[in-house]
Parts: sequence; C-alpha cells; structure tokens
Amino acid sequence: MKKWLRKDASAAMFFLVPSGIGFALFYLIPFAMGMYYSFMSQSLGGEFVGFDNYLELLESGSFRKAVSNTFYFSAVSVPLMVMLSLGLAMLLNKNTYIQKWLRTAYVMPLVVPVASIIMIWQLLFDWNGSLNAWLNSFGYERVDWMKTESARWVVIIVYLWKNIGYNVILFLAGLQQIPKDYYETARIEGAGRLRQFRSITLVYLTSTMFFVVIMSIINSFKVFRETYLIAGDYPHDSIYMMQHYMNNMFVSLDIQKLTAAATLMFLCILLIVLVLFAIERRHRQYME
Amino acid sequence: MQVAYILKKSALTFVMGVIAMILISPIVITFTNSLMTELEIEINYGLIGQMNETTAGRDGSFANLKLIPDKVSFAQYGKVFIDNPKYLTMFWNSVFMVMPIIVGQTLVAALAAYAFSKLIFRGRDTMFLVYVMTMLMPFQVTLVPNYIMVDKLGMLNSTGAIIVPGIFAAFGVFMLRQFMLDIPYAYIEAAKIDGAGHLRIFITMIVPMIKPGLAALVILLFVDYWNMVEQPLIFLDDPFKQPLSVFLSRINDSDRGIAFAASMIYMAPMVMLFLYAESYFIEGIQLSGIKG
Repeated sequence: MKKWLRKDASAAMFFLVPSGIGFALFYLIPFAMGMYYSFMSQSLGGEFVGFDNYLELLESGSFRKAVSNTFYFSAVSVPLMVMLSLGLAMLLNKNTYIQKWLRTAYVMPLVVPVASIIMIWQLLFDWNGSLNAWLNSFGYERVDWMKTESARWVVIIVYLWKNIGYNVILFLAGLQQIPKDYYETARIEGAGRLRQFRSITLVYLTSTMFFVVIMSIINSFKVFRETYLIAGDYPHDSIYMMQHYMNNMFVSLDIQKLTAAATLMFLCILLIVLVLFAIERRHRQYME
Repeated sequence: MQVAYILKKSALTFVMGVIAMILISPIVITFTNSLMTELEIEINYGLIGQMNETTAGRDGSFANLKLIPDKVSFAQYGKVFIDNPKYLTMFWNSVFMVMPIIVGQTLVAALAAYAFSKLIFRGRDTMFLVYVMTMLMPFQVTLVPNYIMVDKLGMLNSTGAIIVPGIFAAFGVFMLRQFMLDIPYAYIEAAKIDGAGHLRIFITMIVPMIKPGLAALVILLFVDYWNMVEQPLIFLDDPFKQPLSVFLSRINDSDRGIAFAASMIYMAPMVMLFLYAESYFIEGIQLSGIKG
C-alpha cells in the first residue's frame, strides 16, 4: 500500500477519485449532456439537427440583446474593477493611520447578505429613493435609475462596491512582495514614477493580476443574483443579461435554445481563460 | 519635513477613511434601521416601490433615509423571533445546508488540490483547466442537465440536491491549489526520502502548512452558500425546506417593517465569523493571489 501510494500517477488517482467522481457527475456529464441537447430537435427522442438550434438562437433578438449586454458589462466592469482596486491598494500600501481598520472596512461588503443589499438598493435607487431626494435638493431632475439606461451603471456600482475589497487585499499582498530597493535602484537610474509603475509594479503583479481577473469575471456573473431579485425576469433592456435569457428559456422549457446559448457562453469563457493562461505561462517563463 | 510627512499621512488616511465609510454604510444603515419601530420605517420608506405615476411631478415626496432612530426599540427583533417561527426554521435550514457543503468541499478539494499541485501525472494541466472552466460558468449554463441529473439520483426537492453538488464544486480545488503551489517541492522530496508516503505527507505536512488557506476557503464558502438563492429556488419546491436567503430576498413591501432586523439576524453569523477569523481570512486571500 505504502509503496503503491508513493508512485505519483497511482497516488494521483487516490487523491483525485473523490473529487473526480462528484465533479464528473454534477459538472462534467451535465455539461456534455447540455452540449448534446443543443444539437437535437428535442431533449427526449429528438433527432440530430446540426446547427439549427444555433441558427435559430442567433436570430433571436433577446438573445442578441443578452449577449451584447453581458459582453458590455464584463468589458466595462472588470477593467474598471482592476484599475480601481489596484489604485486603492497602492494608496493603502503607502503609510496611513488605522491601516488595519481601513482594510477591514474594505472587505466588509463581501459579507453583507443579499437581502440587505436589495433593501439598501431600493432605498437608494428607487424613483422615490434617497439618491433622487439628494438630486432634488440640489435642484436636479430625478432619474428613474432602474428603468432607464442608467440601470447599467447601477449594476456596475453594486458590483464594484461588493467585490472591490477582495481585490484590494490581493493586490496589497502582491505589492508587499515587491522588494523596496527595486524602486530605489530605479530612482537612482533616473526612472520616473510612471516608468517605475510600468516596469516594476506591473511586472511583479502579473500573477496576482491573473488571479484578480479570473475572480473578477466569476464575480461579475454573480451580480445577476441581486439584479434578478431587484428587477425580476424582465429588467430594463440595458441590464438583460445572458443569465436572464437562460433563466427565461428554462422557465419556458425551451431546452434547445438554453443549451445552445450555454454552449456558446462556454466557448467564450474558454477563449478568455486560454488567453489568460497563455499570458500567465509566458510570464512565468520570463520570470524564471 | 516631519510636519509635511504627518500632514500627508493624515490627508491620505482621511481620503481612505471616507471611502471606507461609503463602503460600510449599507451595514450601518441596516443596523441602525433595525432598531426603529415598524411605524417609523413605514413613515420613512413607505414611498419606496410605489408606482411612479402616483408621485410623479410632486416635489418633496421622497423616502427619507435616516441613520438615527427616533426611539431605539427592539420591536422588530421581537416580532421576528416571536411572531414568525418560520424565520427560525429557515435559519436552521440554512445552517444544515451550508455546514455539510463547507466541510465536504474543503475535504474533497484539499485532496484534489494536492494531486494538482504536487503530483506529476499525464493530463494534469488539461484536467485542471476543465475544473477552472466549470468554476467560471454561471449556474444557468448547466441548469437543465443538472436538473435531470439531480432528478435521476432521486434528490429533487431534498436538500441533497443542494448539498451534494456543492461539495464537488471546483472553487475549493482552485483555491487550495494556489496555496499548495507555494510549498517548495524540496519539502516533499525530503519527506519521501525519509520514507513517508503521499498520504502521510499530505496529512502531516501539507494540511498544517495551508491552514490560512483552509480558513479563507471556509469563510468564502460560508459567505457564498449562506447567500445562495438560485439553487434552492429551482431544486426545492417545499417552502419549508427553503433557506433563509430565499425567504429574505423575497421580502416585499408589507414585510419591510421587520426586514432590517431579519437581515441583521442573518448577517450576524457572517460578520462574527469574519471578524473572528479576519487575520486568517486576509492572510488566506493574500496568499492565494501571490502565486498564479
């Protein structure tokens, strides 16, 4: 037994079996089944129809709306999140008082339950809410935040608020790993602040960045929960996401469209991850 | 010089402090409002969610966000605990759903993470990529086949439908692998030379070394699953089996009077766990990000 366990490949089997079985059963096989359904005319006893479901899907207006909204949301919110949290982490990394308390406060939004978020969200962004009350007191017209294009920004703000602390902590750790004398040397050699940031800070933060970007993408999909609970199945057009679309297809039992959409979404995410992995691998070789 | 330094440090602290205040304001608002009477809540927020038309064009008809209650009262809490026993039932539903997921996923993930970080075998990177992929997928992507699978296993409308898939989610594997990558391979080589097998290396060396990672994982899983809404809504028909998160997220206008207190009760375990284990948690997420 002991000897058997010492060989890597067979040991790997032993360590991976519990996770592997469950993972296959609840994630891998369901996913393969989903892909299979996306090529069939119906989920039970249907026949192979090739890409028909996909063509139909691409013609659907609400699908296209969902795609462009999801893409827009991630393309805006993830870079915004990375920039803001890196900025905050760099400020926090400089000397401040009560640094520990500040850090605690930044992470707290992570533990606020959905229900509280929803209530505060309503209090702030409702037609009769506080934000409009403040606007009104400064003499501006009130805005129907959730029922106009501005809903997009409300969702982005909620996303930033909830997740920024997590990324600040990640970046802070990365920053503290960079030896101080690198900056010293750079300064003596006449490198300006921007140059130092580009050639030292960003280079040494690459692997942190990789992790932050992955986590930010995951978390950007999770805002759906709050959005859904606030605005329901059919929110304003500007925040109708892929998850809304898939949810609605599930409710209307249009399994073909749902699985085809899921497969397309999977391919997009796969592409993003592969690019990230390639960048990370190249960076690691470069560092060694 | 000295004065300039102190001034600069104070100014920076002030700016960062203001940002911190904004970030925690929802928690503060929830807390202070939970001490108001139902009547006060109704007076302040009665207008929220009203049809736009009824108040459109009328100035001054806004909700009144208040921080300090007129009179501190525990009436909301009393009402939650005494008049609505269902809150407590659902609170325990949440506990009994979340605990097995945390324990199970941490265990299963630690084992798998060891294989992915410290063992060399064919197809390792591809397999890990597959794990990461599913982790990134929104829940809706595998909704249908998952539903069929859960149904086939006879778990539909039982908490097993939530717990068992939760145990095998990929997040724990991903996170713990990050931690184990930090442990130099030389340690394992040395232990092997001393005659230790992989299982012993795992239990006596690796697990103690990744304690911060385990703590961070436990907290993150707790926060995540304590707040789950989609899965119970789809897999559990019976309203008495639902966790508190589902119930609270559907609080409507008529319940608003006790909603703040209910939220506080719900938030309390998370905040306490977080404050209690904060240093572990922070150390944990920090370590996970250092090595890609």
